[in-house]
Amino acid sequence: MSKTLFSDDHEYVKIEGDTGTVGITDYAQNALGDVVYVELPKVGAKIAKGEQAGVVESVKSASEVYAPVSGEVVAVNDALAGDPAAVNQDPLGKGWFYKVKIGNQNELVALKDEAAYADYTKDL
Amino acid sequence: MTNAAHHQPAETPALLKTPLWELHKALGGKMVPFAGYDMPVQYDGMGVLKEHLHTRRRAGLFDVSHMGQALLTAKEDPALALEKIVPGSMTGLEPEKQRYTLLLNDKGGILDDLMVTRWDDKTLFLVVNAACKEKDFNYIRKTIGKDVKLDYLADRALLALQGPEAEKVLARLFPLVAAMKFMTTTKVVYEGAELFISRSGYTGEDGFEISVPAAMAERFAKQLLEHEEVKMIGLGARDSLRLEAGLCLYGHELDETVTPVEANLKWVIQKRRREEGGFCGADRILAQLKDGTQRLRVGIRPEGKAPVREGTEILSPEGQVIGMITSGGFGPSVDHPVAMGYVESAYAAEGTQLQAMLRGTARPCAVAALPFIAPNYKRD
Repeated sequence: MSKTLFSDDHEYVKIEGDTGTVGITDYAQNALGDVVYVELPKVGAKIAKGEQAGVVESVKSASEVYAPVSGEVVAVNDALAGDPAAVNQDPLGKGWFYKVKIGNQNELVALKDEAAYADYTKDL
Repeated sequence: MTNAAHHQPAETPALLKTPLWELHKALGGKMVPFAGYDMPVQYDGMGVLKEHLHTRRRAGLFDVSHMGQALLTAKEDPALALEKIVPGSMTGLEPEKQRYTLLLNDKGGILDDLMVTRWDDKTLFLVVNAACKEKDFNYIRKTIGKDVKLDYLADRALLALQGPEAEKVLARLFPLVAAMKFMTTTKVVYEGAELFISRSGYTGEDGFEISVPAAMAERFAKQLLEHEEVKMIGLGARDSLRLEAGLCLYGHELDETVTPVEANLKWVIQKRRREEGGFCGADRILAQLKDGTQRLRVGIRPEGKAPVREGTEILSPEGQVIGMITSGGFGPSVDHPVAMGYVESAYAAEGTQLQAMLRGTARPCAVAALPFIAPNYKRD
């Protein structure tokens, strides 16, 4: 049973046990526009919550992606190199960025659930 | 994530609206501040990529009403006075012909780039950049205003219809446009008002710019949008189209610190002007034509898929900083990143292998021929 949580910076982390799958939200991909390039972290990298974990570039701008949760990167979505548009088409599915072994479950408390995030983006 | 999703501009003075503002909102335009105006960057259901490709394949309609339109008139030919502050031949401009030129300060630095059209022996029509119009008009009045009168046409909108199907569409309304050539202009009457049409644009495509009275701008735009070839296009695609076409954007490739020779725009200085000089900064510019410059504007092709953006440092193969990116992004038509920038002249030859400092990593790039796409102008 997975649960998806959201950061104020518009990343999501889908939690399955001690593994989190990280990407950018539908709101974020819509604000960015057509994604043309994604830079992913390296497998094995240890990234602290709030640190830069990647870069997503649209035709018009580059944006940094911040880790919504601390931990070690255990997998990255290499398919995005050939198909960056997946971030627009299916941000919470095949548009995922990387998987992380969650270091500190307590950090999850600060993230928003789906309803709270929807409420948050409504006013942006 | 930063930038796109978080980019909420601080409270700023009220933005100006073009006569098409209501139409942009109705069409789902995503509005952003640009040069003091509330302008559409892209439209719902399309986006920069689709809008860009639509313009290259069919026809895109752009609202460029924020640009400054003005008339320059004089008892004699106003071109005589204008030639003091631009390096191009204006007296040599024939009726109904249009020419791209540069407004220069007294050091030969570029105050703006603009289009000049000759209507008759006493009247020139100018189109200048939105962000520069007040500065330009003040400068023109201050420097040559004793000889000429400048009238800002604040009550006119400007539309650009660009793309391979632009001619077909516009000729349904005005059949005579089919016979027009690149950089020529004509006037037509539409619902009792005069429209100024030029066969030019800012996309690398064939197309037209059409000046219409503000009061009928929305009606005219809607009429163009009724044709299935035409879609409304925002500023995002306008930028990616002009970048692929190798065209300069003021405030990026061009500013007061740059001369026409450094900007690789020496073609705007016609032979007579090179021989006679007599324009602002001519000493410096003519010397640069003879001796070359320390830096030059070039096209940059990053290797791989990562775009390099404005402000990125350009390094020599040895790792020395030798330049800077002034515009960079992704070229949807060429399907790879494209950029322009300034490099030291020793590194400006096409094919020179360089590096771009991207997020702390030097990545390979090369000096590329401009434009990145083959232009589709109707020259004959």
